[in-house]
Amino acid sequence: MRNNFLSFFFVFKFIVFLPAILISATTNVELMKQNWPFNGIFGRFDESSLQRGFQVYREVCAACHGIRHISYRDLKGIGYTNDEIKVIAAEYEVMDGPNDDGEMFEREARPSDKFVGPYENDKIARLANNGAYPPDLSLIVKARADGANYLYSLLNGYKEFPDNFEASEGMYYNEFYPGNQIAMPSPLMDDIVEYSDGTEATQSQIAKDVTSFLAWTAEPELEERKSLGVKTLFFLILITIMLLGVKRKIWKDVD
Amino acid sequence: MIDNEEKKGFSAWIDKRLPVFTFINHNLRDYPTPKNLNYFWNFGSLAGITLVIMIITGILLAMQYTANTDLAFDSVERIMRDVNNGWLLRYIHMNGASMFFIIVYIHIFRGLYYGSYKYPREILWMLGVVILLLMMATAFMGYVLPWGQMSFWGATVITNLFSAFPVIGDYIVTFLWGGFSVDNPTLTRFFVLHYLLPFAIVGVVALHLVALHQFGSNNPTGIDVKSDGDTIPFHPYYTVKDYFGLGVYLIIFAALVFFAPNFLGHPDNYIPANPLQTPAHIVPEWYFLPFYAILRAVPDKLMGVLLMFAAVAVLFILPWLDKHKVRSAQFRPYYKQFYWLFLINCVILGWVGAMPAEGIYVTISRAASIYYFSFFLVIMPILSRFEKVGELPSSISSAVLSEKFDKDSESYAK
Repeated sequence: MRNNFLSFFFVFKFIVFLPAILISATTNVELMKQNWPFNGIFGRFDESSLQRGFQVYREVCAACHGIRHISYRDLKGIGYTNDEIKVIAAEYEVMDGPNDDGEMFEREARPSDKFVGPYENDKIARLANNGAYPPDLSLIVKARADGANYLYSLLNGYKEFPDNFEASEGMYYNEFYPGNQIAMPSPLMDDIVEYSDGTEATQSQIAKDVTSFLAWTAEPELEERKSLGVKTLFFLILITIMLLGVKRKIWKDVD
Repeated sequence: MIDNEEKKGFSAWIDKRLPVFTFINHNLRDYPTPKNLNYFWNFGSLAGITLVIMIITGILLAMQYTANTDLAFDSVERIMRDVNNGWLLRYIHMNGASMFFIIVYIHIFRGLYYGSYKYPREILWMLGVVILLLMMATAFMGYVLPWGQMSFWGATVITNLFSAFPVIGDYIVTFLWGGFSVDNPTLTRFFVLHYLLPFAIVGVVALHLVALHQFGSNNPTGIDVKSDGDTIPFHPYYTVKDYFGLGVYLIIFAALVFFAPNFLGHPDNYIPANPLQTPAHIVPEWYFLPFYAILRAVPDKLMGVLLMFAAVAVLFILPWLDKHKVRSAQFRPYYKQFYWLFLINCVILGWVGAMPAEGIYVTISRAASIYYFSFFLVIMPILSRFEKVGELPSSISSAVLSEKFDKDSESYAK
């Protein structure tokens, strides 16, 4: 009986994990793996890193990229208070209406509004960016294989074009981008932002912070999920051990 | 006229008029079950429980989901972010589909090993194949609903397969789409059918259980129940064993949901569907990969489509392909080896299904497809005629006792 049980696990692992592992093995360049605090069973976000990352997003990325799935009120999740959020939201203008006169009007954003993107529509976004569309970043970490490491690598992966590379007009070389030609110029450099908490703003530190922030925008439920997961597993393992005991006791006399 | 023999009490009153308690007693309590079932017999009840989990989470998700091409993606993100415990519901439902297929595939391979499809359980087996087909249709349509890149392009590739049929092909495709491309009408009908089909599955599962309880479970020896000594009542023996199995299952399920919820999914499905941009590789969900590999192994489109459907359809006639008198592979030395080869072959098919259709992968997928069909259409009929088996134990009890005896003498020898 015990043998059957082990072979069940074997079959399970084999069937489930083999194809997935093999799929992930097809990417060609080794990413610059980082030790993210939100990895692992007990993973948590580093709140100060998220706030620094949010600053980077606002001062650098937001010029071209939106985070349309995030509301201003969601910033509570990275440690801002209601009053601070109201101030942040008020910096943005949203189109509302029509009012009682039938007119559309602009007003300050409220905490319940979604983040206002940099462009009014996709066409303008493409026009402003040499025909390339700067994707929305809310889900970018989930929408790429090994997203956090990929994003960090991409932000640090800009190089000069190799000698015999046929580059297109207005494109940049990036080691980690599929096809190596990317329309986005290297967005980060040392001291492109000034951190108010005194953290040294090296390029890799900035890349790390903004990646953490975008990991949060992709999975704002991560901390709740993992802590509930630990409790659930603890409960399930306990009750399963008890059930095994009951099962053994009941089956004792069967032969 | 009052029956003097009548039992007293509320439940007895109900039971006389509507025999629910008799039914439960008969099917879940006293129900005589072979005493030697191993843990592979847990997977039937696990599949049933998974179906219930999927229906409950699915109904709750449907309350928040919007089946419209402009809104579907964002409505799913709203569930993930703004609906209370919405992320939990969606991740359970999403990973539940994978768990459902794992459970059902193990359930099928168990039936294949122990000959559970043989006389008198042919219809039981065929109903199971119907459930598998319904599950595949339901899972495929469910994957389309979040309207990500893989949803859209998966739907486009799979529905386009029907265009391979001569004359009526294009008509069928237009009919499935409800238009001239995968678009809003396609999404809405897939949503409707995705909600409807699980209830059809419930119906077929009920028939599956009626057919099962007609002759009772098969068992690892494949020998029929001969006397009361061969069986034990379902409750408490198998209820507690099923509960324990459920506990182990939920641990694995929960680990996936809470710690690796997107492990089995494709990252591209978090990019909103874009009909103007084809993803680099269009890959179906892992549970379709073996069939996808068979489809791509054939150079001709129509033949590929037909063979892919045939790969499932062949299971229907399985009871008539394998007519060997002995059920369990335990007593069939040759079948046993071909069986394990078949299992490995299916994993290989799944693997090449995930690889690009080029070079060595095409050759591997062809060889594996040939073995897939040969196993059913050549090896099984030949083995049923020529495979010799030794003497079988006279009953389940004697088989169990001799196994116990072997083990005891082994430990004495040590």
